[in-house]
Formats: sequence, structure tokens, C-alpha cells
Amino acid sequence: MAAQTAFSGGAGPSVLVRGAGVSGLTAAVTLAERGARVHVHESGPRIGSGASWQAGGMLAPWCEAESAPKDVTEQSLASLDWWDAHVPGVIRNGTLVLAPARDVGEVARFGRRTSHFSTIGEAEVAELEPDLADRFSRALFFAGEGHVDPRDALRALATRLVGLGGQITCDVPVNAGTAGYDWVVDCTGIAARDQMADMRGVRGEMLLLRCPDVTLHRPVRMLHPRIPIYIVPRADHVYMVGATMIESENAGPMTLRSMVEMLGAVYALHPAFGEAEILETGTGLRPSYPDNMPAVRRDGRHIHINGMYRHGFLLSPVRAADAADIVFGNA
Amino acid sequence: MTLFYGTELSSRLMLGTAQYPSPEILMDAVRRAGAGVVTVSLRREAAGSRAGHAFWELIRTLGVPVLPNTAGCHTAREAVTTAHMAREVFGTDWIKLEVIGESDTLQPDMFALVDAARILVEDGFKVFPYMTEDLVGAERLLRAGCEVLMPWGAPIGSGKGLNNLFGLRALRAHFPDVPMVVDAGIGVPSHAAQAMELGYDAVLINTAVAKAGDPAEMARAFAMAVEAGRMAYVADPMEMRDMAVPSTPVIGQAVL
Repeated sequence: MAAQTAFSGGAGPSVLVRGAGVSGLTAAVTLAERGARVHVHESGPRIGSGASWQAGGMLAPWCEAESAPKDVTEQSLASLDWWDAHVPGVIRNGTLVLAPARDVGEVARFGRRTSHFSTIGEAEVAELEPDLADRFSRALFFAGEGHVDPRDALRALATRLVGLGGQITCDVPVNAGTAGYDWVVDCTGIAARDQMADMRGVRGEMLLLRCPDVTLHRPVRMLHPRIPIYIVPRADHVYMVGATMIESENAGPMTLRSMVEMLGAVYALHPAFGEAEILETGTGLRPSYPDNMPAVRRDGRHIHINGMYRHGFLLSPVRAADAADIVFGNA
Repeated sequence: MTLFYGTELSSRLMLGTAQYPSPEILMDAVRRAGAGVVTVSLRREAAGSRAGHAFWELIRTLGVPVLPNTAGCHTAREAVTTAHMAREVFGTDWIKLEVIGESDTLQPDMFALVDAARILVEDGFKVFPYMTEDLVGAERLLRAGCEVLMPWGAPIGSGKGLNNLFGLRALRAHFPDVPMVVDAGIGVPSHAAQAMELGYDAVLINTAVAKAGDPAEMARAFAMAVEAGRMAYVADPMEMRDMAVPSTPVIGQAVL
């Protein structure tokens, strides 16, 4: 094991980061930037083998306040800048929140629970998203939010880490030894469930569509009392549609019911989605603590960054900084 | 005292456990409400592999009687299968039987409901059927062996309150001795108080608490309303009249 920790460069603490999802890679980069010698072990065949790969990548601190504790918004305000400074491709076009005509009351409710938006009418919706012209009479526009393609972002973080002298090894057995490192930072998400008595998985299902007939410039959240969905644009007219929230730890394939409900909502957003190709369906388990808040926990020289729930991209830079503070004695 | 299949509940407020911002907030709401029962839905894909285990464990730690439900089932067969899974998972023979007949209003399919109730009663379940306020349907459910009825107030999650006061009054009057719970459609505490004033034995709330800005505070508000409504019913409220009756008697006053 000693050979693995023989890093070139500085003499900072040696840290083993377990897990190359969004928690692990943000932690690894943050630690490496502060001078740690970082080695990332990923048990899967590639980076992002867990829930991060299925994420929406919405950087939406204000919208999340609809259902998340205030802490999520307050702690995540700096995240957008962090991502912008660390990976290419962060798009800061804001978020559009709207609802079908019969559920327009949901927009008012969403507005009561959130802040930092403007209420806009049909003309402004058309200006922001020409393809949605004449379809929605009222929407909320959160101008200060952004989004990123999670898969591109993870790849960019991995490249950055290597540039900082870090290493990433995939296909590492789960029970691989951790001897020889000064610190171990466990970012294994739901795989750490057996070590965390109060952790549970919350099932989420998502779809990737390609629809050249529709152009959207920002994440659109379509409110609905039964099936709220969001659509996040990726490059080349690819759209990520998410996501169910089911109190279940079944990571099996998407159910027909979930798919019907989500696609029905997408079709209601714009009928041209009827011609979309379904590129991919995905299921992930969001690692979650009872308060649905991401946490950093310390046990001697072991640090756990986990419980990201639905806030992985939003809060992992903040939790990474917390963990780095522990490693460098600032906590 | 109202007995639900021989059990007296510590509170006449039943709380659903879905849609809360987090399990922690859910647990806080249940505690603040002092709920007499919590209902839990069992997704079939979760039950198969016991994959909902962690969430169910959290529910169990509340120490409140659990009433599993068959939410989302559209056929009698689905509901019966789900009820059996629920009995295994939660170790209770109580089941809130939901068989949805119409996807827009989520209103119960009374025919399939009666069929499923009959099968489940034979299988030893204690069935709490989610029903419309239909008198004939109620009669059939009782004949099928149900000893509790759960008429809707309004469509699930609509928050419209008691849509058909006449129907709910008639149902209460027809079956004065059957424990009855208004389930679904309640939006604010005054709706719950109204149901209790009509003589219903309990109310079941989920969305109105879970989707409130402060679920725990709303849960407490509902608990107070349920208690107030029940007290008012027991205290025998006055009759409504079309003409005024002066609260100060006029007889005996000096005639000037």
C-alpha cells in the first residue's frame, strides 16, 4: 500500500478519497488545491458510477427552498461560483418555473416558499424560451441560477485533479485497504449504507431524450400536484428529465408508471417532445439522512461526506470545504 | 369511546406519511399532532424486495399504530396483493383499502372496492375502505365484513374540504354505530373541525400537513381542530334556524 501513497510533489497530508462521484471528486479537488496528496479509489468501472451520473445538475439554491430547509439555500449560494471556477460548461441562464393552466395555483405556492425570482407573463416567457410561446401565461423566473452537465462536470473535475497531482483508480475492490494514508474521506454514497445506521436510499428515476424540434435554454421546472418534473437542457438538443422521489431502496429499472407520468408531463410542456428519441432511462438511489441534509461526519482519521440526497451538485463543494477544514486543522 | 376493530386510538387525528420534505419533519409533525394512527403506502416495487425498509423502520420508531394502505392500486387484485405484502412488512392485519377507479379525481371504484374488501375480510384482514359517500356502497362494504368506513371529503390532495355535506350527514345518520373516518380532500383545520362536528369519529390528513410551509405547526393546528370539533359534537351543538331567536328573552320585559 505504501507505494500507492508515494505522491510526487508537495509534502501535504496524504488522503484516500473513496468514491469518484460528485462528493468524492469535489472533495479530492478541494483537498488537492489546499496541498493534500490525494488518491481516489472508485469501486465502479469509471468515475460517476453511482447516483451522480443520473443527476440533473441544476445549480438552483433559490428553487430548492420550495421543499428543502433554509440551510440548503444559504449554504449553497457560493456553489454556482465554485462550479464556474472549476469546470467549463456552467450555464447561468436561470431557471423557469411554470405549471399547466389548471395547476397555476402551484406557481403561486412555489413563489410563496421561495425568493429571488420575478413573476413573468406570457410575453416574457416567450422572450426567454421562444418555443414555449403562447403555452404558459404565468411563470417564475429565477435569474440567478444555473446548470451544468453532471457527466461533463465530473470528467472535468477528474482531469483537474490529475493536473493537481492527484490520482484516480477505478475498479478498486470495496474492501481495499486504507493503510498508509493520513486521512480517509469516504464519499461512497449509498454504498456506505451499512456503516451509517440512519442512512436510507431514496429512489429516483430519470430519462434522457433527444428532441431537435424543441430548444430550451435553461432548466424548466413544471409544477404539478402529482408529477412535478424538471427538464434540463444538455448539448445537442438532449434533455434530461427528472426525477421521481420514491421512498424505496430498489435500484431496479424504471417502472412503466413512472415513465408514463414523466413523459406525459414532458408532452404537456411541449407536444413536439412527442417526436423525441428516448436515449436512456436511469435509476439511482439518493443517499439520505433523516433530515435530508448532506453532512460531514468524522470518526478519528476517517471523514464521511454523505447524505447528499438531491443536493449533490449544489452542496458537495460546501461539504468538500468542510472536510478539507478538518484535514487541515481549521475545523 | 370509539373502537376501531376493538382498538381505542389515543387521538382522532390520523396522519399520512407521504410527501414531507424529510423524514425528520414527518416525525416532528406526527409527534406535534399526537396522531392516533399513521398511514403508510406500500409501493409494490418496494415491497417485493423489502426495499422501502429504511423508511418503514423510521415510521415504526414513532411508536404510533400503523395503518398500511394500498394507495395507487387500480384493480381489486392489485389491492389484495399489496395488502398481503403490507401485512407481512408491518405485521398488522389493518389495511386501508384504496382501489382507484378514475385517474382524474382518484375516486374509489366502489365495485372493485367491495370485491377486494370481501376477499381481504375472508383472509383475516381488518379493512378500512376508502369510499365515496355512497349509502348503498357503504351498506355493501359493511355486508362484506368491514367494520369501519372511510368516506372521502373531496378528491385526494384537492384540499377542497367537505364537498357533499348532505351526503356525509346522511351517511353518518344511516350508520350511527359504525366508526367512520373522513379521509381525503381536507385542506385546512376548519374542514377537519367540520367533519368532527358532523359526528365523524376521526379524520385522516396527509397532503394538507405535508405540503404546508411548516408541516409540524400545521399538524398541531389540525390536532387542535379535531379536538375542538369532537368536543363540539359531544357537547351537542344547537340547531340552525332561519329566524332570529334573541339571546335575551323578551317575555317578561316591561311593556312601555
